[in-house]
Amino acid sequence: MSAVAKENAAVPPGTAAVRPGAGDDSIHITIRGLSKKFQDVVIYDNFDLDIPRGKFVSVFGPNGCGKSTLINMIAGLTPIDAGTILFGGKTLKETKIGYVFQNYREALFPWLRSFENIAYPLKLMQVPKAERRAKVERLVEHMGVKIDLARYPYELSGGQMQLVSIMRSLVVDPEVLFLDEPFSALDYEMTLFMREQLQRVFYETRTTMVLVSHDLEEAVYLADRVLLLSRRPARIADYALAPLARPRTDATLSDPQFVQLKGHCLEIFQREVRKS
Amino acid sequence: MKRDAFLPVVGVIGLIAVWYVAVWIKVVDPVLLPSPGATFTALAKGMAGGALAVDFLRTVERTGYAIAIATVFAVPVGIVLGSSERLYRSVEFVIDFFRSTPASALFPLFLVVFGVGDKTKILVGSFAAALGILFNVAYGVMHARKTRLLAARVMGASRLRVLTDVLLLESLPQTFVGLRSGVSIALVIVVVAEMFIGSQDGLGHAVFEAQQLFRMPEMYAAIFAAGALGYGLNLLFLLVEKRFVHWSGK
Repeated sequence: MSAVAKENAAVPPGTAAVRPGAGDDSIHITIRGLSKKFQDVVIYDNFDLDIPRGKFVSVFGPNGCGKSTLINMIAGLTPIDAGTILFGGKTLKETKIGYVFQNYREALFPWLRSFENIAYPLKLMQVPKAERRAKVERLVEHMGVKIDLARYPYELSGGQMQLVSIMRSLVVDPEVLFLDEPFSALDYEMTLFMREQLQRVFYETRTTMVLVSHDLEEAVYLADRVLLLSRRPARIADYALAPLARPRTDATLSDPQFVQLKGHCLEIFQREVRKS
Repeated sequence: MKRDAFLPVVGVIGLIAVWYVAVWIKVVDPVLLPSPGATFTALAKGMAGGALAVDFLRTVERTGYAIAIATVFAVPVGIVLGSSERLYRSVEFVIDFFRSTPASALFPLFLVVFGVGDKTKILVGSFAAALGILFNVAYGVMHARKTRLLAARVMGASRLRVLTDVLLLESLPQTFVGLRSGVSIALVIVVVAEMFIGSQDGLGHAVFEAQQLFRMPEMYAAIFAAGALGYGLNLLFLLVEKRFVHWSGK
């Protein structure tokens, strides 16, 4: 199948400034032989993927191809039918992960104040109260967040809620952070602001991040690698490198390298969409 | 805005005005419809240390027991049923059937089993309230936000923690819907039960006795007392809900 492109083979000449070995960054998540069916529909069939450590991977693909299912399976929210998923050789249970949901309103606990929401994962880990407080306060200061965290989530704006929910996922210093279309319910202004926040967190913590996005510009803008999936059963259509300098800014959006990479991804995406 | 706060008073004044006029032009036999003055005098006298106050408190007590027993039974069972969709589906018909059965139809049965004392009145009230509460609790648990449960799980919460930290709280708004309707039903049943043979007190008894003795102001006074009680109980639950389930509907 031509849809299964070799790692760097599909990267266009413009992005070929990449060293041949760049795809071999120390691997963080190893997925082998992953299979998943919903009823009788095959979503993944013997799927292999490596996610590099400390890199930002964006997942992009046609509707219903199983982008969210992929990160949900890696994060243990959706059971897998077959295959193995390891985090640097460790199982999910031995790995600290964070997960940011698209629907922040339903992901946060409305009976807890925002501060307590952020501290909740620490409570689950039986961190003493004073330490929880200190930890959340450090994170809030570090993020430069100016939200009244004594408020309940439903008293905040959409962007503020998602910020609280991102902080809740970061407070445990996760090894991997999963984000499922985290900004798609926000208005454009807020989305741009949140992108910058996320980029800064990534830049400073170098946490491995896996983002599912339906916005190609966002996917490429944030990513070190863009994983393009085919229609189901999902295969890797391309796993393009995005070697653009960080921090990325508005200028990045008009950088020829960015434009070319985005065009390349769009081309592959449309090729996959037409294949139906 | 400020003037709108007085809007509810308009209906009350209107009703009393119509009542006065009806008494004044004698559309209804004065024996059947006493004047508002006579009625409210009877209400005030009865409630200020009179017999009506005793009846009122007895009804409050029975309704309180009924709702307490119903809650203690229905909330845990509702949680268990709600946490397994298959389990709930298998008993859904039975619950819906008895939830739809007028509890008053069970009086004779309860009378035979528990006798004519307080037990029967309280237990029929509990029965009537329990199924509604149970249904609402189970519904609340079943319709807990999926994302919220996943969020707790992905943060590493055990099954028990998901139950105590998320499911229980998720079902609270719906539980209160059940409690409020439950307390109304329980009051209805308790008041009807108090009209039955062997009753010595309670608002139902007060209404019934006043009617038998043709003491109409007292009868209307007891009816108003029962109305105030029903309204007050509903208000009480609303206030408790607002205080403890502040996120309800948000």
